[in-house]
Amino acid sequence: MNAPPLSSTELSRWTQPGSSRVPFWAYTDAQLYQRELEKIFYGAHWCYVGLEAEIPNVGDYRLTHVGERQVLMVRDRIAPKDRATDHGIRVVENRCAHRGVRFCQNPQGNARSFVCPYHQWTYKLNGDLAGLPFKDGVKEADCVNGGMPEGFDLKDHGLTKLRVAVLHGLVFATFSEDTEPLEDYLGPQVMPWLDRVFKGPEGPRKLTLLGYNRQRIPGNWKLMMENIKDPYHPGLLHTWFVTFGLWRADQKSRMVMDGEGRHAVMISRRNEGGQNAAVTEGVTSFKANMALHDDRLLDVVPEPWWKVPDPSNPGSDIMPTVTMITLFPSLIIQQQVNSLSTRHIVPRGQGEFDFIWTHFGFADDTPEMTQRRLRQANLFGPAGFVSADDGEVIEFSQAGFTQAGDSGSTLCELGGTGTEMTEHMVTETLIRSMYGYWKKVMGL
Amino acid sequence: MTASEQGLQRLMLQQEVDQLNAAYAAALDEKRFEEWPEFFVEDGRYKVQARENFDRGLPLALMALESQGMMKDRVYGVTQTIYHGPYYMRHIISPARIVSLNGDVVCAEANYAVFRTKPGGVSEVYNVGRYIDELIKKDGSLKFRSRLCVYDSEMILNSLIYPV
Repeated sequence: MNAPPLSSTELSRWTQPGSSRVPFWAYTDAQLYQRELEKIFYGAHWCYVGLEAEIPNVGDYRLTHVGERQVLMVRDRIAPKDRATDHGIRVVENRCAHRGVRFCQNPQGNARSFVCPYHQWTYKLNGDLAGLPFKDGVKEADCVNGGMPEGFDLKDHGLTKLRVAVLHGLVFATFSEDTEPLEDYLGPQVMPWLDRVFKGPEGPRKLTLLGYNRQRIPGNWKLMMENIKDPYHPGLLHTWFVTFGLWRADQKSRMVMDGEGRHAVMISRRNEGGQNAAVTEGVTSFKANMALHDDRLLDVVPEPWWKVPDPSNPGSDIMPTVTMITLFPSLIIQQQVNSLSTRHIVPRGQGEFDFIWTHFGFADDTPEMTQRRLRQANLFGPAGFVSADDGEVIEFSQAGFTQAGDSGSTLCELGGTGTEMTEHMVTETLIRSMYGYWKKVMGL
Repeated sequence: MTASEQGLQRLMLQQEVDQLNAAYAAALDEKRFEEWPEFFVEDGRYKVQARENFDRGLPLALMALESQGMMKDRVYGVTQTIYHGPYYMRHIISPARIVSLNGDVVCAEANYAVFRTKPGGVSEVYNVGRYIDELIKKDGSLKFRSRLCVYDSEMILNSLIYPV
């Protein structure tokens, strides 16, 4: 028996004002998590499902997730009259309208239609029900046996269709009719940083799929969002970042967020690394004498698109070496020097999520650039020199929260308790702003 | 060479490859990581790749090292820089299948299963797959020119720190 739903006040353990102290309960409560699925993942938010480049041909599909619900991202035929307005990408739930079977089991492939194996209900690529066996019954002598009831209309029994929006080759979907247009959802502060990576001078840049890495992390899904909204840890947890100057507190950097505080961009520019007492003294992860035996792992070559007009300072340019974009609730887009990836969060209960990395390059990359992106991929992913430890500390965070039971909270007050944008990285402002939004949307 | 001499040679090669795999597993399972690059020639390659990428011809790997130097850098990462909860590995490697023998170069494959045990924890099936190897005779002993570990496991259990 499920307990009756609690009211917001009964549910909330948020006793402090503001959003700088997150109760551990926010990461460990099963009922609260169900509400997150409903309000956030299945509510009025755009969730990332994949890249257009993963399904280049008509009929191509790939299994993916919105929250815990498995969906198919499909490339459909486009009617000639709709060519100018229809991107042809459909997202439908992987659940037969008949008896609820998860009908598709291949992680990706090409299909003319989708057929449920149980009773052969057949769907078009857009999720419309095309037909089913014995709909009009089976003739025997003069009578007709069975069949669907009078008034049964194929049109009423398609797959659950999600709304789909495509931006520069990134595909987003939502179950809600109320979700605002994608551009408005992302907001004008974040958009220039998506444009920088994906929008070429002549339309969206064609992406090349390099491959996937998948990891299952025993922690609450929000911890991964926090990790990439936390510019405090990289120069402390990650030896490679502090030692080789890929990310540390003495770099020129900027923390950007959208109007709601839910999305963010951490922007920075690499420096030479090495000693700087202000950021390396007493930092045990800093290895003053560390040198690589084979420095091809850090063979960084600047790319022309890195340099863009500075959105905050009209008339001047900015050339970051790293931009880490978090799009609430479930997407991280990484540009760290020459390595590019999307990272998709798929929650599995309050204490676990899958984290799926899709590495990509651009169709006009030279073979040397492709090789460079693949080499630098050694820094990232479940075995990466600077990412493996993120998964580890998330696991240990969740373990700490769990042992505290109902009491206790995190303390995110580096740089104060406000939620403003900054021109430095010595702050936890982006975490506070996300929880400010989270409280609002959760009705807490 | 007579048929029985050829058979004997084949058997000896099989034995040699299996012994190499056993020594390789022992070095990793006993955490003698600094010995690990020594199983490779200087420009040897080591790659751990998801079967999904391997089967589809997608080039991304979980770990892709192109020299003994890069392997030494990985060992430094494993022992000094990548923060992680400590764990033991236990390798179970099947007898090798010799795929081809061309002069000094041996191509062989073997199945592997690696179990992970964390302090205070139970043993888990950590990474399961197949080694696709190119070996070369150097100074009287076999070394890896390339070891490609193609793993079936669809999900890495959080992280993979040590080489497999």
